[in-house]
Amino acid sequence: MNRRVFLTTTAAGAATFAFPAVLRAQSKDPVRIGFPLPMTGPFAAIAADMKQGAELGIDVLNAKGGILGRKVELLVRDDQLKPQVGAQRTQELIEKENCQFIIGGLAAHVQMAINEQTKKAKVLFISTSQSDEISAKPDTSPVTFHEALNPTITSRVVGKWVMDNLGKKWWIVYADYAWGKQNNMVLTETNKKLGGTVLGNTPYPLGSAEFSAHLPKIQAAKPEVLVHVTPGADDIAFLKQVKSFGMHQQMKLAKPLHWISIAKQGGPELYQDVYGGTNFYWEMQDSIPEAKKYVEAFQKKFAIPPGDYGVYAYSAVLEVARGAELAKATDGEKVADALRKNPTYNHVKGKQWWRACDNKSFQDMWILKGRAPGKTKGEWGLLDTVARVAANEEYDRTCAEKGHTA
Amino acid sequence: MGRHPVVFFFVVFAIFPWVVPYKSLAAQVLIYGLFALGFNLLYGYTGLLSFGSAAYWGLGAYGTGIALAKLKVTSLWLALGIGMAAAVVGGALVGFFCLRRRGIYFAMLTLAFAQLLYFVGFHLADWTGGDDGLRGITVPAITLGSWRLPLDRSVVFYYFTLVIVGLAVAALKRILDSPFGAVLQAIRENADRATACGYDISRIKHLSFVFYALFCGLAGALDALRLTVVPIESLHWSTSGQVVIMTLLGGAGTFFGPFVGAATYLVLEDAISVWTESWPLAIGAIFMAFVLFLPKGIWGTLTGGFHGR
Amino acid sequence: MPDLSLAALAAQVFTGLVLGGIFVLLAVGLSLIFGLMTVVNFSHGALYMLGAYFGFVLIGRTGSFFVALVLAPLLVGAFGLLVERFLIRPLYGRSPDDPLLLTFGLSLVLVEVARLIWGKIGVTLDPPAALAGAVNLGFTYFPSYRLFVIAVTAIVLVGLWLFLEKTNVGLVIRAGSRDPMMVKALGFDVGRIWFLVFGIGTGLAGLAGILAGPMRGAYAEMGVTIIIESFVVVVVGGMGSLLGAVISGLLIGQIVGLTTFFAPKLAEIIVFIFMALVLLFRPSGLLGEAGLLE
Repeated sequence: MNRRVFLTTTAAGAATFAFPAVLRAQSKDPVRIGFPLPMTGPFAAIAADMKQGAELGIDVLNAKGGILGRKVELLVRDDQLKPQVGAQRTQELIEKENCQFIIGGLAAHVQMAINEQTKKAKVLFISTSQSDEISAKPDTSPVTFHEALNPTITSRVVGKWVMDNLGKKWWIVYADYAWGKQNNMVLTETNKKLGGTVLGNTPYPLGSAEFSAHLPKIQAAKPEVLVHVTPGADDIAFLKQVKSFGMHQQMKLAKPLHWISIAKQGGPELYQDVYGGTNFYWEMQDSIPEAKKYVEAFQKKFAIPPGDYGVYAYSAVLEVARGAELAKATDGEKVADALRKNPTYNHVKGKQWWRACDNKSFQDMWILKGRAPGKTKGEWGLLDTVARVAANEEYDRTCAEKGHTA
Repeated sequence: MGRHPVVFFFVVFAIFPWVVPYKSLAAQVLIYGLFALGFNLLYGYTGLLSFGSAAYWGLGAYGTGIALAKLKVTSLWLALGIGMAAAVVGGALVGFFCLRRRGIYFAMLTLAFAQLLYFVGFHLADWTGGDDGLRGITVPAITLGSWRLPLDRSVVFYYFTLVIVGLAVAALKRILDSPFGAVLQAIRENADRATACGYDISRIKHLSFVFYALFCGLAGALDALRLTVVPIESLHWSTSGQVVIMTLLGGAGTFFGPFVGAATYLVLEDAISVWTESWPLAIGAIFMAFVLFLPKGIWGTLTGGFHGR
Repeated sequence: MPDLSLAALAAQVFTGLVLGGIFVLLAVGLSLIFGLMTVVNFSHGALYMLGAYFGFVLIGRTGSFFVALVLAPLLVGAFGLLVERFLIRPLYGRSPDDPLLLTFGLSLVLVEVARLIWGKIGVTLDPPAALAGAVNLGFTYFPSYRLFVIAVTAIVLVGLWLFLEKTNVGLVIRAGSRDPMMVKALGFDVGRIWFLVFGIGTGLAGLAGILAGPMRGAYAEMGVTIIIESFVVVVVGGMGSLLGAVISGLLIGQIVGLTTFFAPKLAEIIVFIFMALVLLFRPSGLLGEAGLLE
């Protein structure tokens, strides 16, 4: 071919290459939020609530025009409650699906594996379940944010309330893994600090469901309160066995967290008069306007009231958007800075804020109590709101205690 | 490919990352392929079914992870070496005890030791991170004099892994081609007859077990580098179960079966998990179908595999 | 250090008996199947889970726990017959590992199917009102339902023993596990015997499941850890020995119970340590015979 044609073609070719770059800068590529969750496994019901909370958040955002004028997409992946799978899914979401943000995790060990991948890729990660380590050194990073409560806050709040209202002589039964051990430790400290006695601490292997071995000994010690750090189905097995020994008539029962899905599974017979903390309960719509909007929208979209952990996901999605709008970017570090500079927000349950040193969200907690059978309000009105505890940074470890020297 | 399996391996896996949806998946296939390679040496070639492969994968992973995260080792090779050494020592010790029994008793003993290791890993939280997993692993760059190659980019890490796994594959080829390799297969076919021929099969079985531990450990160590986290599940029996499935899917007792099996399992899992939460249902059904209709596995069926399954 | 009163210890022994009862039912089923058919049934835990879920459904439909207690094991046994006929029978004559691997895959499938049918959360089974309280045993109050579990296990075991020792079919089964070739040569249809044995074995797993349900609830993963523990029990007792399975089940039930009492952190691992020790001194378990599946 002759030289002129060659030059023109090359010029046209070069222009064609440049053109999409121009287009891309103004592109309407969607903003993608990746969400690894244990859709299979023992906490699948809680995960389903979280997925729904996030989906509702996406709807709210897209109705307002999305993030920075771009549509928002949610990509949910099953992490099977396994860290390797969580890490793999996170890599897939970042490398293959080009997610600009990651939220999620429902299990401390999975979250930390997810966090390792987002740290490496400098992608903003908002963690949506309990963990004491994720906001502390060495795990945390400038792009690691923690929306959910952690064992320290939960057990200090619930522990104090139980000391003030139920009794000072405790026996603690706890699952022998990180979450269980952390709660046990904080509960014991809180009890001692407030002048109480812990008559005994009994560990059991997570998932073992066989408690009758311990119960006669506990009964004989006569505590005022039996505190049980028994997650998921373990709690149901535990309460069945405690009630079969008649212990619920001899002592009060309290646990760090109530989960509405577990309370429903166990039923009011089992959960009657059992106390526990929570981050959110749908009946709060009666006292908090943002909650009312959330509950109504959730009910409309999914035909059931929202649960507890779903609120973390909803809030996380909206915070991603708020940060991106403030930073006018989707770059993880820029959005993180923007959130730290504008830490206060209120999407669903009252005022929340990010603490600057560790990107930790502080929020109100509530104490709930199981209603007696016959006193429940419909299929989901199983718990009574007993107290509200305002958010306070003193409930968590200090920045220094978490290794932040800034 | 039959004549130069190692070359074939390198060629296929050099282009592999461009064929699968993302690089990290390709690296995962290589690593789990190596894991299955180790298991296949013990089960497919020597005929010993172990339920405790997670122990050596875990020893390799924690060995390397602890070296980097807790002992602050700065040399990548030293860290890998520590992981492999831990796996080999573990394999030698556990093999010594388990191989004194046969059949299902052997299998259950391998499981018992793996569970013991899981328990230790779970409770030695100061070293292993307990059930939160071992974090804080920083992967050193490869250094040669003043030349530095950091491994943080997916593509670079993949080719680094390819070289290491490729070397292991070459090593396996040498093992299988040697007289030792021949005796292994004789033991699989008929242990008593092999003894009658004068071979000290208990020493040979033990050596095979040690090699199995070595390959599994190296795979675990590489995965610790890939994820920069070692979860406690590395030592769990479900990890042992996964490698059994992968090996069988690919074809036990065949050279490439482990990699075919790992690739099939992981790529399928990656694709299916996006569509449905019932991945275990799919893999369980597929696995059953293979046992019933394709017992030689994919590669075994394609190449006419070895007889005797 | 826990309160070492005799009363607490005695309560512990009873708890160990309940646990042992469940182990025995599972181990005997596994051992029967293995002893006669040389099949290692990895789906046993999933069938235990099905027993609990079938129980849940039947209690819902019939309103009676006792009716469910009889029907659920029969249903699980019937399902077991289907599994033997269509999934295991095609594998005879092939590598002895194949049924093990197949039933492993089956267990994955069954757990997932249970999740799809009955939801991810799990369901609650209630013990019948008649057994809801506790009985004063003198040294402690013990839940009546758990005493019931001990009783049922004992009755079923006696029934099984009578069946094996005193009936003709039982005789053939015992002969078949000793020497299947001979039994075939004598003209018995070994295939039909295996069919029956698999049904009985899996029915026992289903019974264990519905018995355990009111104590722990029913959820899809409930069989996953117990299958491993059951294998330990069978291996300790000796693969193929029914008496071994019974002794081992009761023994391990006590060991787990007492370990939970004295050293709770070791409870998960103690069964494996115990198994390793037993195998060290008795290569084929307590009462197993050398040469089976080796």
